[in-house]
Amino acid sequence: MPNNPVPNKTDETQTEAVEQTPVHVDHLIANGELAAENAWCVSYDADALPEQRPAFVPLALWQANQEDAELAPLLTSDTELTAELGKQLGNAPAIAIDFPAFTDGRGYSIARLLRERYGYSGEVRAVGDVLVDQLEYMRRCGFTAMALRDDQHPEDALRALSFFSVRYQPDVEERQALFERRLADNK
Amino acid sequence: MYRYDIHDQTLVDERVAQFRDQMERYRAGRLGEEEFRPLRLQNGLYIQRHAPMLRIAIPYGMLAGNQLRALAEITRRYDRGYGHFTTRQNLQLNWPALEDVPDILADLAKVQMHAIQTSGNCIRNTTSDQFAGIANDEVEDPRPWCELIRQWSTLHPEFAYLPRKFKIAVSGAAQDRAAIQVHDIGLRLWHNADGELRVKVLAGGGLGRTPMIADVVREDLPWQHLLTYLEACVRVYNQFGRRDNKFKARIKILVKALGIEEFRRRVEEEWAHLKDGPQTLNQAAVDAAKVHFPEPDRRPVAESANEDFDRLRAENRSFARFVTNNVTDHKVPGYKAVTLSLKRREHAPGDVTADQMEAVADLADRYSFGEVRVTHEQNLVLSDVPVDELEALWKELEALGMANPTVGTLNDIICCPGGDYCSLANAVSIPIAQALQERFEDLDFLYDLGPLDLNISGCMNACGHHHVGHIGILGVDKKGEEFYQISIGGNSTDDASLGKILGPSFFRSDVPDVVEKVLEVYVSQRHEDERFLDTYRRIGLKPFKERVYA
Repeated sequence: MPNNPVPNKTDETQTEAVEQTPVHVDHLIANGELAAENAWCVSYDADALPEQRPAFVPLALWQANQEDAELAPLLTSDTELTAELGKQLGNAPAIAIDFPAFTDGRGYSIARLLRERYGYSGEVRAVGDVLVDQLEYMRRCGFTAMALRDDQHPEDALRALSFFSVRYQPDVEERQALFERRLADNK
Repeated sequence: MYRYDIHDQTLVDERVAQFRDQMERYRAGRLGEEEFRPLRLQNGLYIQRHAPMLRIAIPYGMLAGNQLRALAEITRRYDRGYGHFTTRQNLQLNWPALEDVPDILADLAKVQMHAIQTSGNCIRNTTSDQFAGIANDEVEDPRPWCELIRQWSTLHPEFAYLPRKFKIAVSGAAQDRAAIQVHDIGLRLWHNADGELRVKVLAGGGLGRTPMIADVVREDLPWQHLLTYLEACVRVYNQFGRRDNKFKARIKILVKALGIEEFRRRVEEEWAHLKDGPQTLNQAAVDAAKVHFPEPDRRPVAESANEDFDRLRAENRSFARFVTNNVTDHKVPGYKAVTLSLKRREHAPGDVTADQMEAVADLADRYSFGEVRVTHEQNLVLSDVPVDELEALWKELEALGMANPTVGTLNDIICCPGGDYCSLANAVSIPIAQALQERFEDLDFLYDLGPLDLNISGCMNACGHHHVGHIGILGVDKKGEEFYQISIGGNSTDDASLGKILGPSFFRSDVPDVVEKVLEVYVSQRHEDERFLDTYRRIGLKPFKERVYA
């Protein structure tokens, strides 16, 4: 496998490399476990389909090639999830949401909207700058798969998913706010 | 005040374990500097000029005596025996060792405290009125609502990586003492004509580099929808706030760029989906929060006590000064709220030693039901003191050096840590405060000036709220030298306004002279009983400018 560039970094050489090479990460966390297999690659090239399959490709490319069941949409973090798009994405076999930088929190809102507003039930995968310490929030927002940045340790990732047993807010995993559950407990 | 149940306690304990793991990975080189940064910030940990700085959350400014004692112990064990109360009602430690921070957080958790989200690009500690629950102009006690917001915002999975920090303030009284118009979101609790509780929602206020007064998003939100509406506001901000330039990333820039109508439209559109959803509040949930803020068991105070109090006030000038400036009327006859001044020349504004913390905790136990409040003016409040014990308390505060009868005067300076501590600062601020306190220490002069807010920030991040000081002082850096820009006419309360810059900046040594000239203009031009702010508003900047630059 060639050197995996960090996706969406503005460094010129990397940008070029990203356009050429679909990204295939070493470690994928799926449904809370280290996945044995990771068939999907991620292609950031907006103009051409990659040769590898299955592949996440930029939204417009997926929209133009929906008949190919081995393609799935890759949403950039600035994707505006309109009702029309939300409905269309219901047909996708899986959806990847890109984190161009781990500090870009837009992907969390996109994932929640896909799950809670548009009822998407397939895999929602975090790709890009995906770090161990973001996984817990990602899972709560509806991500079922996280493709770790290559320098991340999978054992750290699994541990990071296990720290919390309490949450105040309702989220994709838990539909009741803690204040509601407390009231139910006291009845 | 709010007491943790098993859920709250488990959450802070688990948070400590998580941060300990992160710190270990950082120290072992498994977690890079850049990756660790937002994690430590969201646990209150900054890397500062001399040492790390830890900012401890004091939710809406409420502290129990045992918590204050624990803080004293923490400052002794892990720091240099003092702490700094901030303008956002938090406490900062200036000298903790990096590797000790997980242990400090564990010690905090033992007394139901934490440092969660006191920094970083997330929803910060919610602030409120220091006289919540006791003010005689109060419509609704904001504290239960602040607690509901605290829980909603704590470890919110969607909003940990916002474009920039996000601050919420809540007021439930006729007079705004929480500066809600200069917060990312300001909330005002009020009753409509039918006596129903409504929430006025403001957005886009703030200080910093681009100071702005907030716009009204919604005048009359029914209380049931508070959390879903907040969620809609923050979601719109998370999705559309600028991320390309950190100086344009606050919600105020988004609100101004879209215009309040378009911002409101997007929030309402988002909210239409969330309304009546799982975070909708009901009476039982609000009542459960209110249980934590009961009326204390106040003993009846004899009518004669008020007469004795009035007589003492007439006889003893020092006591009278203290009462006039540091004692606030209470909704319950026979009780008063007492403000402990943390503005003394020998300390930086807002600084308290461990011994003083313990002494205050002791006073709180004996005079005010064991509770202390932190004000955004960086003072402390004992909220429930019977009038027949005021004199005794005053004497104890005198002995402690916390009875400075200057609350609300020019001497009650709001001030950030500045260049002495903070790595962001362009200039020092504490020595400026001290120089001014030294120059203007004559009490008769201070009282003659009347209510006067003087606020100092060491850089344009504006932690010292200089934009909303009647007189504001901002440290600026010009080619490596410290200068100070002075503005006039800011105000953080109901008729909020931003100060206007007087003109070119000054040398540090000139600041007291310049302030003195500004005060001279006020004294010579004021109408009888006119506040500094009102004189300025009447005569404008020009007379001040002419005098200062003459």
